[in-house]
Amino acid sequence: MSSDAIAIRAAEVGGRPWVEALHDWITTVDHKRLGILYILFALLFLVIGGLEAIVIRIQLMRPHNDFVSPQVFNRMFTMHGTTMIFFVIMPFMFGFANYLVPLMIGARDMAFPRLNAFSFWLTAFGGFLLYFSFLGGSGLYGAGSAPDVGWWAYAPLTSRAFSPGHSADYWTIAVLVSGFGSIGTATNIIATILSMRCPGMTLGRMPLMGWMTLVMSGLVLISISPLSAAQIMLLVDRYLGGHFFDTQAGGSATLWMHFFWIFGHPEVYILVIPAFAFASEIIPVFSRKPIFGYPVMVAATVCIGFISMSVWAHHMFTIGMDSAANTFFVLTTMAIAVPTGIKIFNWLGTMWGGKLQFKTPMLFCVAFLFQFLIAGLTGVMLGTAPFNWQLSGSYFVIAHFHYVIVGAILFCMFGAIYYWYPKITGRMLNETLGKLHFWLFVIGFHLTFDAMHIPGVLGMPRRIYTFEPGRGWDSWNFIISIGAFIQGVATLLFLANLVVSYFKGPRAGNDPWDAWTLEWSVSSPPPAYNFAAIPTVESRRPLWDRKHPEDPDSRYE
Amino acid sequence: MSAISTPIAQTAAAWKLPYRSKVGMACLIIAESAIFTIFVVAYLYYAGKSMTGPTPREVLATPIFYTICLLSSSLTIHFAARFLERGGRGAFLGFWFLTIALGGLFLFGTAQEWHRLIYEHGLTISTNLFGTTYYSLVGLHAFHVTVGLILLSIVFLFGLAGRVGSDQSARVEVLSMYWHFVDAVWVVVFTVVYILGR
Amino acid sequence: MNLSGVEWEGVARRAAGILFLVLGLLLAAGLCTASTPGENPVPNIFEPHSTPADSIFRLSGFVLAITGMIFLVVFILLVYVVVKFRARTTDSPHEPAQVYGSTQIELAWTVIPILIVVVLFLATTRVIHAIQDAPKPANAVEVIAIGHQFWWEFRYPALGIVTANELHIPVSDPANPTPTYLKLLSADTDHSFWVPQLAGKTDLIPNRVNTMWMDPHRTGIFLGQCAQYCGTQHAKMLLQVIVDSREDFQAWANAQKQLPKQDESASAGRNVFETTACVNCHAVDGTMATGRFGPDLTHLMSRSTIASGAAENTPEKLRLWIQNPDAIKPGSLMPAMKLSDTELDALVRYLETLR
Repeated sequence: MSSDAIAIRAAEVGGRPWVEALHDWITTVDHKRLGILYILFALLFLVIGGLEAIVIRIQLMRPHNDFVSPQVFNRMFTMHGTTMIFFVIMPFMFGFANYLVPLMIGARDMAFPRLNAFSFWLTAFGGFLLYFSFLGGSGLYGAGSAPDVGWWAYAPLTSRAFSPGHSADYWTIAVLVSGFGSIGTATNIIATILSMRCPGMTLGRMPLMGWMTLVMSGLVLISISPLSAAQIMLLVDRYLGGHFFDTQAGGSATLWMHFFWIFGHPEVYILVIPAFAFASEIIPVFSRKPIFGYPVMVAATVCIGFISMSVWAHHMFTIGMDSAANTFFVLTTMAIAVPTGIKIFNWLGTMWGGKLQFKTPMLFCVAFLFQFLIAGLTGVMLGTAPFNWQLSGSYFVIAHFHYVIVGAILFCMFGAIYYWYPKITGRMLNETLGKLHFWLFVIGFHLTFDAMHIPGVLGMPRRIYTFEPGRGWDSWNFIISIGAFIQGVATLLFLANLVVSYFKGPRAGNDPWDAWTLEWSVSSPPPAYNFAAIPTVESRRPLWDRKHPEDPDSRYE
Repeated sequence: MSAISTPIAQTAAAWKLPYRSKVGMACLIIAESAIFTIFVVAYLYYAGKSMTGPTPREVLATPIFYTICLLSSSLTIHFAARFLERGGRGAFLGFWFLTIALGGLFLFGTAQEWHRLIYEHGLTISTNLFGTTYYSLVGLHAFHVTVGLILLSIVFLFGLAGRVGSDQSARVEVLSMYWHFVDAVWVVVFTVVYILGR
Repeated sequence: MNLSGVEWEGVARRAAGILFLVLGLLLAAGLCTASTPGENPVPNIFEPHSTPADSIFRLSGFVLAITGMIFLVVFILLVYVVVKFRARTTDSPHEPAQVYGSTQIELAWTVIPILIVVVLFLATTRVIHAIQDAPKPANAVEVIAIGHQFWWEFRYPALGIVTANELHIPVSDPANPTPTYLKLLSADTDHSFWVPQLAGKTDLIPNRVNTMWMDPHRTGIFLGQCAQYCGTQHAKMLLQVIVDSREDFQAWANAQKQLPKQDESASAGRNVFETTACVNCHAVDGTMATGRFGPDLTHLMSRSTIASGAAENTPEKLRLWIQNPDAIKPGSLMPAMKLSDTELDALVRYLETLR
């Protein structure tokens, strides 16, 4: 009994050796268990990446600080970025997709369970390999171990000449291997959604989470691959004497930039679209209304997927492209702002006329709306190339993307955990602790990331291990660091809630939130086989139809 | 327990979704196409930009024969799959083997060309931009051919053991999708390297 | 007033949001107020003193105004929704009206953003073109900037000058502009030239030639630093642009073209300089030192800082830099010269003569 094992404790089972349970988990191919493994993996690396951020912020609390050496600092920001993107957010999103998508579409598992397990372990290996670099390898000037080339690993900084030793290789291979894992999971998700929906569930009746996961997976297929290709090229340069990015032999540093950002920009949509999915599931339930404008939400998401492949060089406005190229990328960047922005209106439209219940998941989603609005607007600012020539490479950009990644994505991730934890574990998270976590995190978040815009405007570049006093940056950096510490405390509270509630939380029952999608029709946690009989659905909200037989959705769709 | 389920019988006939393995293979092909695209872009970008060393025009010999081998193997695998669908195991095995042989010939041709380039013209992956991009692109393709041949050989061995029948034709079809993809990539690589890149 | 049904979390949330908004507006206002020219070393992008920076400033004002309006509209909507539609205990137990969408509303809120985006795009295109495609006047000052790990090399080809880290350029009179055009190259990895008050940043990329220009409208010292991570000491690749009046610039250029005066009392130090590895990396005009890996030292004393701004240009700091560069800039490519104390003193005395 795979997922039932979560809720069964040793006393009830009667002396089952823990090695057996461990073996079950390591060899599992059950999508629910793999989902949990992905999520636990992501939470572990969230803490590690967060500690790296704390080190960065302690060093930058005041000018000319010497908490860490420049070499260590450079490793910190490289590892922080690489960890958070590849080993926190992506695994987290794949974990939730893994857990929820089969349940939401009425299937018993993913299309390829063994590929599922293989992909997870590839990602896990990548994370392990990246962190093994602290023990092995040597970096710039032979002075260090973990990679210190920034998470974009720009050429020619990553060439043998400027990165002797193996630190750059750890970055390259760890991310390459986990990239293959991501492609595997994306393939699995697409095949599951296209081939395993229960009878009656046309694509137009899937929960929005299904659509958004589908688009996100499609993006993974076509954008992780360019990064993998570029990384293979980098390995050819570093090990076979190739010249892909060897500027001394006529190679091009900007070619790496193009390849990286052809991956890098769709990547941020890969990260954010599942966050949109969470919000699109949570906001309707806590507004007691269906999502406003389901078809447009789908269309907008698909549009974002396509347009996102054409905006990449807005990360490269300062590299000296000519005015025609810069203009083109401003155009595409402005274009993508439209489908992204109007989603906010759809969520507001969902809340309009509803009965808003501000339980913890909803709190996080409302904060998400506020913060995503700001993040999108600073993104528009950055999309106007000349303004970008000032703001790029500065703390303004760091503020912008953390507003998206923390303020929008992480907030939705928290919301998702508070919302689906009862389904996964069978117990409710503590609501008081949840609200405390929320408020503390909001305060810390805004202290840090509101303030962070200012040093950027005042000329402070990013990736500097220390800064000069008297440039107007001093107090702001102090405030930013305080906010970071507060966020750290809030996160610890959250983790405590996860652990304590697992043992002491009140039992959740099938459907604690009175929701409408298929996962709430089975027990919490679900049985290994998910559904006793594969359901047939007639609308987008099968449980609404069941609970309101006098006024089913199927009448209106 | 789901109380939504209705007897599936009447809806099952109308509810037909794509075969999941085909979707999976299509996804793999899409991802691989993206990887190859990047290598092709690098090849084209660096065409003519080498600072030293042999140029394509000086050293490349167009591999017409081996290209015909590889492209015909698409034809033979197609026939093999068709025969298997109809239960013609013998014909299937014959055409399948032919596919492997043609693919193997192609690899041999690649090896021969590389031997000539390295030992007669001194062109290696580290010689210049042309060397780097050429060996990477052609090598990446040859790697995919090799993997394909290994998969085809495994199926061939299963076939010899009598375990491949018309029931497996859907799976064999999926594998032949991969093989067709490898051939299609060669068409692109051939055009880029031997026609455009000169 | 019946407060029993109020969801205080939502209200408190809104209050916090409004508080932050007010604070943000105050901050923005604080930033935008100009400070006394010449005295403020803050490299504020909203304090332009050159045409490109000014064009960007105007565009940014326009963009901020539009995004600010969008923010206000949506924020007010959000606050309204959260307050008006929160569940109250006094509510009926029925679910609210299940509205699935509205084509007209969705059309409206798609078309209006498209229009806004078109306006922003057009405004942006204008400025891109104005800055990047500006015709170069005949009397522009030409400078070649070469990025190194972790210092800046500046060459004035027309004047025959080579210097480092502190860029002297003449002020530009709008009536008769003499802008400075920089050709940006790199000797190793990627760097970026960013002096916020004079222009947006442009990268220095190996095997690539980039250009940028600036026409400072007043004299003074403008601060900046490398803005593209280039390795261990990226943080200390600082920049100073010293904008001189026409006369001062001419005087500076003339002084730079001169050979340093020979000073017999410093001959011991000069001997140390020329017989140790210094000459492999450094150049001093008029001597046999022609190394190009490190900064040109011909007029070292004409600069106010050493190590690309990492330390003041004083004899003590200079001595420390030569003896143990890691004490000032750990990870820089200057090796610790293993010299005796006497050699070191003599060397510093010699370098002090390079005015």
